[in-house]
Amino acid sequence: MSALLTVEDLRVSFPTRTGVVEAVRGVSFTLGRERLGIVGESGSGKSQTGRAIMGLTPPHAQVTAKRLAFDGIDLLSAPPKLRRDLRGKRIAMILQDPKYSLNPVMSIGKQIVETLWRHEKVGRAEARKRALDMLAAVQIRDPARVFDLYPHEVSGGMGQRAMIAMMLVAGPELLIADEPTSALDVTVQLEVLSILDRLVAERGMGLIFVSHDLRLVSSFCDRVLVMYAGRIVEEIAASDLANARHPYTQGLLNCMPVIGADRHPLPVLDRKPEWAL
Amino acid sequence: MSGTEYLSGRRRARSRKAVAAALQFLVVVATTYIGLLAVTFFIGRVIPIDPVLAVLGDRAPAHVVERTREAMGLNLPLYQQFFIYCRQALSGDFGVSVLTTNAVMTDIRRVFPATIELATLGTLIGALIGVPLGVLAAVKRGSIADQIVRVIGLVGYSVPIFWLALLALLVFYARLKWVAYPGRIDIVYEYTFSPITGFYLVDALWQRQWDVFRDVFRHIILPASLLGYFSLAYISRMTRSFMLNELQQEYIVAARAKGLSEARIIWGHALRNAAVPLVTVIALSYAGLLEGSVLTETVFSWPGLGLYITNSLQNADMNAVLGGTIVIGSVFIGINLLSDLLYRTLDPRTRAR
Amino acid sequence: MSLATETRPMTRREWLLSDRPQSRLQARLGRAYMTWRRFSANRLAVVGLLILLGLCFVAAFADLLAPHSPVIGNLAGARLLPPGSEGYLLGTDDQGRDILSRLIHGSRLTLAVVVLVAIIAAPVGLIVGAVAGYAGGWLDAILMRITDIFLAFPKLVLALAFVAALGPGIENAVIAIAVTSWPPYARIARAETLTVRNSDYIAAVRLMGASPARIVFRHVVPMCMSSLIVRVTLDMAGIILTAAGLGFLGLGAQPPLPEWGAMIASGRRFILDQWWVATMPGIAILIVSLGFNLLGDGLRDALDPRESGQ
Repeated sequence: MSALLTVEDLRVSFPTRTGVVEAVRGVSFTLGRERLGIVGESGSGKSQTGRAIMGLTPPHAQVTAKRLAFDGIDLLSAPPKLRRDLRGKRIAMILQDPKYSLNPVMSIGKQIVETLWRHEKVGRAEARKRALDMLAAVQIRDPARVFDLYPHEVSGGMGQRAMIAMMLVAGPELLIADEPTSALDVTVQLEVLSILDRLVAERGMGLIFVSHDLRLVSSFCDRVLVMYAGRIVEEIAASDLANARHPYTQGLLNCMPVIGADRHPLPVLDRKPEWAL
Repeated sequence: MSGTEYLSGRRRARSRKAVAAALQFLVVVATTYIGLLAVTFFIGRVIPIDPVLAVLGDRAPAHVVERTREAMGLNLPLYQQFFIYCRQALSGDFGVSVLTTNAVMTDIRRVFPATIELATLGTLIGALIGVPLGVLAAVKRGSIADQIVRVIGLVGYSVPIFWLALLALLVFYARLKWVAYPGRIDIVYEYTFSPITGFYLVDALWQRQWDVFRDVFRHIILPASLLGYFSLAYISRMTRSFMLNELQQEYIVAARAKGLSEARIIWGHALRNAAVPLVTVIALSYAGLLEGSVLTETVFSWPGLGLYITNSLQNADMNAVLGGTIVIGSVFIGINLLSDLLYRTLDPRTRAR
Repeated sequence: MSLATETRPMTRREWLLSDRPQSRLQARLGRAYMTWRRFSANRLAVVGLLILLGLCFVAAFADLLAPHSPVIGNLAGARLLPPGSEGYLLGTDDQGRDILSRLIHGSRLTLAVVVLVAIIAAPVGLIVGAVAGYAGGWLDAILMRITDIFLAFPKLVLALAFVAALGPGIENAVIAIAVTSWPPYARIARAETLTVRNSDYIAAVRLMGASPARIVFRHVVPMCMSSLIVRVTLDMAGIILTAAGLGFLGLGAQPPLPEWGAMIASGRRFILDQWWVATMPGIAILIVSLGFNLLGDGLRDALDPRESGQ
């Protein structure tokens, strides 16, 4: 398994008036064409890890790493132009809530076509066809109709499918999904996930799945990184989750209800300051 | 419920909604207009102790006063007077100007194009410079450029327009001789040039009279630039705040994730969204310039509605003043409503499909 | 925690910033102090405040500060002297009057106009908006329709027409400006009222048997104050400019009153050769309205950090 992405000692910090806040503090992992889940509670640095790989951290954030390489390209020393060329074409990202992450005044079709035009020289008709194919690939039944709709006119599940279509249309090799289903209704979540699952498998993409939902991640990914306070506290194969050693991972697992079990008292997630060290 | 039934149900609900919106729109127009007429009626007929003298001035002979009193229907009860007043105003009858002895409406029709031309050019200048400045300030937030745009805006908010106009005349006309003297066109052309629309720039272009166009341009550029500065101050400030708001949105992150260039993100995505409220701002600033022309036109001897109103004011010609007020007020109301409609068509979320 | 604070006497700053105020007064002072800290961190806003304090000072001590009479000039020996002339720092006008003295006395008129308009227009807008927002229903609909109608009017032109009917003069100018400037306050007050109307503490007051009037005046109106103050301050610049515009057209203060707009109008005739006569009052207007704008911006940022786009 060749390494698609190598992350070594990644750090993201934000200088503020009261001092430097470190969101990510020395994260290392390698990724092949596999599915990696990153789990943690809010503020654990999981989203900033994803954004740092994309090069989409806010301008005042400082990103450092011993090594941050995608397919042999050193991302941190790459010129901005090259990083832009990579984004959307070879590395793509799906955001959380389609209600906010789709441009409200641009039709869905145009937003998909825009990605294509940015990275490939294709004609108008060809671009439209590829966008429609992509919409069909995310299992939208009437692609021609949805193509002309505006984001507010579609449901959340449909919007997230459009988002996936927009990000996958140029055929990226690595996909970062940042809580792609958290904003959706529970019933729609599984649908969207299965679409994502199929596309990732078919196209042989690497996937980084960022979520707070350990159960979801473990059923969906091959490997899981558990993050706490900007660090990886445990790395474990999804199938091996029951044998998690770190108390924080165990705590996350214990939060999941078991049918028929007595839930009194409700378990509270234990946080020890020494884990953050 | 089958798909077609469901769709037609939604369509019916939509058309019902559209009718309700149109009705509400009409009510707003009607009440606003009646309000405008009520206020001008109050100013013209209720405040003055003797409205006849207010209209004619106190030097009018007694029989004229008596005739006018009857003509104005002042012996009728107030609500009937108001009813007659509304009917006349709606048919464009604002009475006769004492100063010019013409019907006020005739006078206004003659002078209004000059004001429109000036305000339009001013708004164009203001928007074409103000929007990019606002975008620049938002994108380079906190930089020197941002500070400069802020100061330009603040001064524009704070400076008396007639004073700046005087200084501009002093510098650009008297000292530098870059522009023509106050007025709209050189006397030389006054008799050879016959305008059709009343918008001299357009007319001169249409008739291919290049020397006239040049002269008209040299007359209009200074007052238009001044008005443009005022709308620029407002437009750049609002553009900045709208853009700051848009640039924080998630769809901007998504656009970056697609690999789009900054230019495309700023102008194609963020500004496209900011444009929705900006249209309202530009329309309001246009309305503001129509009004601001009252002071500017006085300084530049610009023969428009503003100068007409101030001249009438100085001669206590109330019919002309109120007629001008109603016309400007109507245009104001019209622009307000128009910007509302434009907002709806620009924003797909409020567009009736 | 409490032991530590008891054993060591608090500094005044700690007392102000305490998160457990012992009295209402302490809480209020603490809040004011926080606002002041946010405000004074904004240097431009402090400049604005200083400008306005300067204006008040000059207006209060105009008689002592002005070197000459503002209305009686030296027609024989001091007509149209340029700035920097002996004894006339900013020069003299066509009637031999010292421009500086006229500006100093004119500050009183400017201040008077601004204060009077604010005193008339702000309470009207506040009451209309708070009543409309609290009452709701048809009363709300009617009051807001009236407000919107006034909002859709051209303010300056309407003020002109008002003054034309009332007759020129500074009192009538004040009335005309006040009549056209209350609607935005009503809108603000209504919006604020709507947000507090359904809050639990209003419900609690109502349960205790407070009358609607008491609820509106004691509990709703105070909540509207900070946004209203910001808006009024920002409007002051516009009011000054409108008043000066009326003066410039000869509809505001009448000669020989040293109103700044009227001074520009009278200096207009000499603009080509004696530029200072019209220029000086304009600079005064610019500085004062700039002061109000800077102060208003700063107050908005300090009182309502949400609105400032931070």
